[in-house]
Amino acid sequence: MISFQNVSKIYNSHLTALENIGFTINPGEFVSIVGRNGAGKSTIIKLLIGEEKPTKGRVIFGPYEVNKLKPAELPALRSQIGIVFQDFRLLSVKNAYENIAFALEVEGRPQSEIEEFVPQILDMVGLAHRAYNFPHELSGGEKQRVAIARAMINRPAVVVADEPTGNLDPIHTADIIKLLLKINSLGTTVILVTHNKEVVNHLNRRVISLDNGRIIRDEENGKYVLA
Amino acid sequence: MGSYRSMATTLYRIIKYGIQSFLRHGWLSIATIAVIMLALFVFLNLILFNMMAKNAINILRDKIDINVYFNNNVSEDDILKVKRSVESLAEVKNVQYVSRSEALSVFQKRHQDDDTIVQALEVLEENPLSASLNIKANDPSDYPIISAYLNNENLAGLVDQVTYNQNKLVINRLATIVNTFQTVGIALTVILTIISILVALNTIMLTIYSTRDEIGIMRLVGAPNKFIRGPYIVQGMIYGIIAAFLSILLIAPLISIASPYIKVLMPETDIQQYFYGHLFILLLYQLIFGIAIGALSSIIAVRKYMKI
Repeated sequence: MISFQNVSKIYNSHLTALENIGFTINPGEFVSIVGRNGAGKSTIIKLLIGEEKPTKGRVIFGPYEVNKLKPAELPALRSQIGIVFQDFRLLSVKNAYENIAFALEVEGRPQSEIEEFVPQILDMVGLAHRAYNFPHELSGGEKQRVAIARAMINRPAVVVADEPTGNLDPIHTADIIKLLLKINSLGTTVILVTHNKEVVNHLNRRVISLDNGRIIRDEENGKYVLA
Repeated sequence: MGSYRSMATTLYRIIKYGIQSFLRHGWLSIATIAVIMLALFVFLNLILFNMMAKNAINILRDKIDINVYFNNNVSEDDILKVKRSVESLAEVKNVQYVSRSEALSVFQKRHQDDDTIVQALEVLEENPLSASLNIKANDPSDYPIISAYLNNENLAGLVDQVTYNQNKLVINRLATIVNTFQTVGIALTVILTIISILVALNTIMLTIYSTRDEIGIMRLVGAPNKFIRGPYIVQGMIYGIIAAFLSILLIAPLISIASPYIKVLMPETDIQQYFYGHLFILLLYQLIFGIAIGALSSIIAVRKYMKI
C-alpha cells in the first residue's frame, strides 16, 4: 500500500537526507522507523505526505504517486493519512472538540456526522471531560491525545506518528503507545517514527533502522539496534 | 442537490471560522481594527478636505469677473449685440447686462445711508453711471483671452473701459491659488491614501504572520485552500466593517467642534451640514474602502504562507 522505490532526497551537495532507499508497508502493519537525529526519519514522513518532493525515485501511497501530486491535490491525499507530530500542532484558537471537528469540516462532512463522531473519538482517547478546553489549558499528554483523535477522526488508512512521545514523560508515553496499538488493532496501518529505545523494544514489531540516509536494517519483530 | 448543500455548509463553516478567529484573537483584532480605523479616518478626512477645497475654489472663482463699461452714447441694442457676441466665446460662462438705470439703483441702495452721496446724486441731473456687461469665464486663466477680445478695434468706439487691466494682477494671483490648491489636494489625497493603505496592509499581514503556523497545520490536516484562505478573508472584512463604523463615530464630534471655525473662514461652507447630509454615502465609501483593504491584505498575506 505504501511503497518507496529507489528514493533519494538531496538538499545540496553537502546534505543528502536519503540515499536510494526502498521499502513497502502493507495494510494493517505497525512499523517503527528508528535512527539517530538526522538519519532521515522525518524526511521519509515529509515525502509521504507530499510536504517535500524526492530528488529521485517514486513514493506510492495507495492510488497516488505522491511525488507527482500538485499542491492543490495534496488535501485529498492528506485526508487519508492521519498525522501526529512531536509538537502536537493543534490550532490554538480552537478547543479540543473543534480541533477534531475541523478535520471533518474541511472534508465537507455534514454536521450530524460531526456531532456523532467527535464525542465518540474524544471518549476513545479518554478526553470527554476536556472537550471544551483550549490547547493551552491541556497537558502535553492530553494535547497529544487530541492530536491522535484528530488524526483518527477521518478513519484514515494510515496514521503516521512523528516522534509522538518526544515531549512526554514515561507515563504519558505509555498511554500514547497503547493508544496507537489500539488504533492498529482496529485495522489502521501505523507508522511510528521514534528514537525511544524502550518503546521500540517493548513493541516487538517491524523495525526499519536508518543511518545516514540509508536503511541498515529492516526486520520483523525488530529491536532498536544502531551499529 | 447535494453539491448545493455542501457548498452552503462550506460557506457557513468558512464564515463561522472567520468570526471565531476574530473573536478569539481578542487584542490582536482590536489592535488591527484600530490601525485600519486610522487609515479610514485619514481617507474620510481627505474626502471632506476635497469637498471643502472644491467649495473654496468655487467661491474664489465666483468672485473673479470682468466688467465692460460702455460709453453713455451707445444704444442698448448695440450693447446687447456685444453681449451676444461675447456669449458665443467658448471661454465665457455667462454674461450679465447691467443697464444704466439698474446700475444707478444698485448704487443708490448701496449708499443709501451716506448723505453726501445721496445729495450729490440729486444735484446731478443726469445718471452718471455707465451700462456694463459683467462677464464670468469658465476658468480664471481664460480672462486674458476675453479681455483681448473686448479690447479689439471693432469695439473701440463703444467701450469706455475693461476692468481686467486694473485687476490683472489679482485675477492672475487668484488663478494661481486655485490651480495650486487643486494640485496639492490631488497629490495629498494620492499620497495619504497610499500610505494609509500600506499601513493597514502591513498590520493585517503581521496579524496573519503571527498565525502562519496555524496555516501550516491546516494544510497538514488536509484542509483545501478555500478553507484556509476563506476565514482570513472573512476576518479581514469584519475588521474593515467595524473600522468603517468607528471612523464615522470618531469624526462626528470632531466635525461638530471644527464646523463653526470653518464657517468663519469660509461662510458658504457648512461642513456639519455636508457631513450629516451625506452620512450614508460617506459610510458606504468607508465600508467599501475598509472591506477592500481587509479582504485584499488577507488574500496577499495568506498566499505567502500557503506554500507548504
